[in-house]
Amino acid sequence: MKHTTRKATRHVNQNEGLIFEKSSAGKAAWKLPPLDVPEVDTAKALGAAERKDLGNMPEVSEIEIIRHFTRLSTWNYAIDLGMYPLGSCTMKYNPRVNEAVARVEGIANGHPYQPEKISQGALRIIKTLSECLIEITGMDAITLQPAAGAHGEMTGLLMVRAYHQSKGNARKKVLIPDSAHGTNPATAAMVNYAVENLKSDSRGMVDIASLEAQMNEDVAALMLTNPNTLGVFEQQIHKIADILHAKGGLLYMDGANMNALVGKVRPGDFGVDVMHLNLHKTFSTPHGGGGPGSGPVAIKKDLEPFLPTPVLVTKPDGTLGFDYNRPHSVGRVRAFYGNFGMFVRALAYIQANGPDGLRQTTEDAVLNANYIRKGLEGTYDLPYATPTMHEVVFSDRIQARKGVRTMDIAKRLIDYGFHPYTTAFPLIVPGALMIEPTESESKEEMDLFIEAMKSIAEEVEEDPQTVLDAPHSTRVSRLDETAAARKPVLRWKPGN
Amino acid sequence: MAYPTDRKYTREHEWIQVDGNSATVGITDYAQQSLGDIVFVETPKVGAELTAGKTFGTVESVKAVSDLFAPASGTVTEVNGDLATSPENVNKDAHGSWMVKITLKNPKELDGLLSAADYEKFVAEEAGH
Amino acid sequence: MRYLPKSPSDREAMLKAIGLRSVDDLFAPIPAEYRLTRDLRIPRQMAESEIVDFFRQRSRENGDGYTSFLGAGAYFHYRPVIIDSLISRGEFLTAYTPYQAEISQGTLQSIFEFQSMICELTGMEVANASMYDGSTAAAEAVMMAVRLTGRRQVVVARSLHPEYREVLATYATHQGMPLSVAPFGADGRIDLKELEAAITPETACVLIQSPNFFGTIEDVEAIAEVAHKHGAMLVVSIAEAVSLGIIEPPRQADVIAMEAQSFGVPLGFGGPYCGVIATREKYVRQMPGRLVGQTVDKQGKRGFVLTLATREQHIRREKATSNICTNQALVALMVNIFMTVYGKVGLKELAKQNLAKTAYAASQFAKHGNVLFSHTPRFNEFVVATSEDPYAINGRLLGHKIVGGLPLRKFYPEFGNAALWCCTELTTRSAIDTAVGLVAESERSVRSAKEEVEEVAR
Repeated sequence: MKHTTRKATRHVNQNEGLIFEKSSAGKAAWKLPPLDVPEVDTAKALGAAERKDLGNMPEVSEIEIIRHFTRLSTWNYAIDLGMYPLGSCTMKYNPRVNEAVARVEGIANGHPYQPEKISQGALRIIKTLSECLIEITGMDAITLQPAAGAHGEMTGLLMVRAYHQSKGNARKKVLIPDSAHGTNPATAAMVNYAVENLKSDSRGMVDIASLEAQMNEDVAALMLTNPNTLGVFEQQIHKIADILHAKGGLLYMDGANMNALVGKVRPGDFGVDVMHLNLHKTFSTPHGGGGPGSGPVAIKKDLEPFLPTPVLVTKPDGTLGFDYNRPHSVGRVRAFYGNFGMFVRALAYIQANGPDGLRQTTEDAVLNANYIRKGLEGTYDLPYATPTMHEVVFSDRIQARKGVRTMDIAKRLIDYGFHPYTTAFPLIVPGALMIEPTESESKEEMDLFIEAMKSIAEEVEEDPQTVLDAPHSTRVSRLDETAAARKPVLRWKPGN
Repeated sequence: MAYPTDRKYTREHEWIQVDGNSATVGITDYAQQSLGDIVFVETPKVGAELTAGKTFGTVESVKAVSDLFAPASGTVTEVNGDLATSPENVNKDAHGSWMVKITLKNPKELDGLLSAADYEKFVAEEAGH
Repeated sequence: MRYLPKSPSDREAMLKAIGLRSVDDLFAPIPAEYRLTRDLRIPRQMAESEIVDFFRQRSRENGDGYTSFLGAGAYFHYRPVIIDSLISRGEFLTAYTPYQAEISQGTLQSIFEFQSMICELTGMEVANASMYDGSTAAAEAVMMAVRLTGRRQVVVARSLHPEYREVLATYATHQGMPLSVAPFGADGRIDLKELEAAITPETACVLIQSPNFFGTIEDVEAIAEVAHKHGAMLVVSIAEAVSLGIIEPPRQADVIAMEAQSFGVPLGFGGPYCGVIATREKYVRQMPGRLVGQTVDKQGKRGFVLTLATREQHIRREKATSNICTNQALVALMVNIFMTVYGKVGLKELAKQNLAKTAYAASQFAKHGNVLFSHTPRFNEFVVATSEDPYAINGRLLGHKIVGGLPLRKFYPEFGNAALWCCTELTTRSAIDTAVGLVAESERSVRSAKEEVEEVAR
């Protein structure tokens, strides 16, 4: 008798329901201590403001919660499981010591309004990290207040606007290359600047002639990602800065790709006036399924008066404190001081590396991207032959002939045990495959990845349907996004 | 795809069918095809003023948004309410699923638009890129 | 370097495969004049033990071991242990935004549960996957109301967290959104007459906080009536999420902008926290932030995806509802687990304990000082006015390892010597008694000193 083992898709841990579906009156995962003060008559204390019912909130036990979230977690891919080559996202290893030190009692439980006298530890962390980031970027001052990269962009552009305003003309628009992240134009709109597109040249860099033609006294800044989203370093960066500065404009650098530069070159040295960093990219704080991030903004001296309030200062007695008296400040962009927990993690990362470690990290990141480029060149179309820094962008031109697009190849990659690369971005490459290995990948892991990508390319030629139907190995496959958007179901309700 | 000859077309892929002083506007089959599954259509309210060449709404697929450009200036007299609940109708029958009806302000504006044959040629070139 | 998985010979082999002689060749695209030829001037590489030691020392300089009566937008509640056990799983901690649905169902389903529970608790129909924090959520909610109404003027309650007001002012500056302020009355709530006077036909929304910055509960129903009468929307900020266990949610609001830090998120010196926006279904297309929706896969199996993404920056670019991209996903997961642990009954009991501790503390303070707004319902904060400068009082309390209430003078000069005190379920009766005793002592000495002066003057 022939015996076959079928995949047990009906196993409970593959079919974990919603937490609401486990709820039953009387179950509990909590216990409060006995009250040491008199009870309150809530009706008397609150009157009409008293809430009687909490709707369909669940009632479950602790073991059910542990199993529920543990089962859900197994449906996720993660850096801890393998290579996560999402271009532009910098999915590098998240060191565990970062997590440990962020949970040390006085750091985890510090209240933002506790007196400065007993906040010196937190303030010292902010100061030390600020100094490190200023040195790494080659800038003059920094704010750690913005909560994420896009929030940093907004803060940076607010300072740009305030700077121009102080010169008597806030100016009207911001130039943004066609290869930019979507956050750049969205940010410009929030700061009420019009967006003007700047096209790339045939090498994937800023088209200098276009920049010269478009640059005038209406332009507040150029928002440049460097290396850009093609993983290409803007070789004419000094010229770009000169063109802007000659007409009084500022050079804003989106630091999303700073991991290609740390310890090798400093934006402050090549003419950048304002830039943001993503601590959750370059400085290893975890992405956590989409956040939290942290988006410090580093600036040149001329913009210092405009920093958001408050600004960290050293007082005459040597202790640290906040200065709230900043008449030219753009104001506050977030309550309190920013995502402090991320500062702790980023500083721990910098300490674990030191100058030599950070430089080696950058070198390895660039080495890895070039190794993948070499490994896949020929198998996949490389639209720009310009040298690659930390990420490489291919296109699906060759595979598209068989009706297979970048998203299909990405989905098939899942079956090989890898997270997909970034698909369909940057927009200047139709059918883009944007691959960023980061320094965290060993040669062996990358060889496996290259092998997988080559194998998929073969499948495209021999059996495209296998690729088009992928993934085959996951709990769910090709979810109906159209139905989700046409008739949105955005919350659980009893009976659905 | 044969494009109906009873109407005119824009280079932004809208069609307009004129009936006396009023006109009906929609998007072309080519437009619905390049957008993919349409999930949402945003139309102006009755009474809104459209200006030729300017946007008057959007069509959305899961991962793209496309502006609707007015083929001619005019006042909106009617909006296709079915699209709010069944945007997929545009995919099924783009030339039958109109978006707005307007009273034309300046019928002369239509002279600059494409005929069915010209539009077909235009689309063939665009797709060839 | 212990995070880098390559040996020198691996690097050699890779360079050879690429066809380069040295690592420097990889950086040739960078103009030579800018290349850094020295070490960065940052601390040297440290061992893990040294790093841990560094942060333990910083911890000791940071209020470790103090009992605190601070609230004001950041609350010290108990965090069930399983929150950290679960969020420390690498599959949650080290995953990216769930764009690839097939291998992100864990994150997606948990966000869907988060959205659902936020809806249950706030009485709204839809909630997003999170915003940066309560302050930016409030600003974004206001901008949402501006888009929905086509009006630009905004009325902001003076009883809204002062730093939230500052953030809104920053966001509004360049959006052509004039702000006006609605003052509070003697009962610590918005003065309805003044509110109505501040509303114009151009008012897009009224932004309030309840429980407000002083801990008092606003009359949301009456405020909503005034706002709606003039065609303005009502945006309600909730800074103390635990209040939702016992306080009726602002169901009359059009948009709720919440800070969920109280639900299992460490104080962490101010962040990361967890903002969230909830609203009516009909407004969902103007809501910023990511959204998870339920759908089915090709076999008809239930699954979850990011949806209505056309609102967002990566698709709509400069016309997006907001520039927000990275949100607070892992913090939202903490909030989600916290809500699940306490659930329908626990959240109510937890809120009742907060209420009881606060009622007790306020009654004790009232014996020796002046507790303001004491006839208005409040949740877990209250304002105590003293004769002595609260900074001086707090200085003395610090000597007893107690952090007193937040002096209000900085934000509200009109309050003079008043401070905002907060109690949670973690505040013990003995800590309250000690603090009250110390404040009372000074009140007595200040009074007797005053009497002495008066005697001499006589």
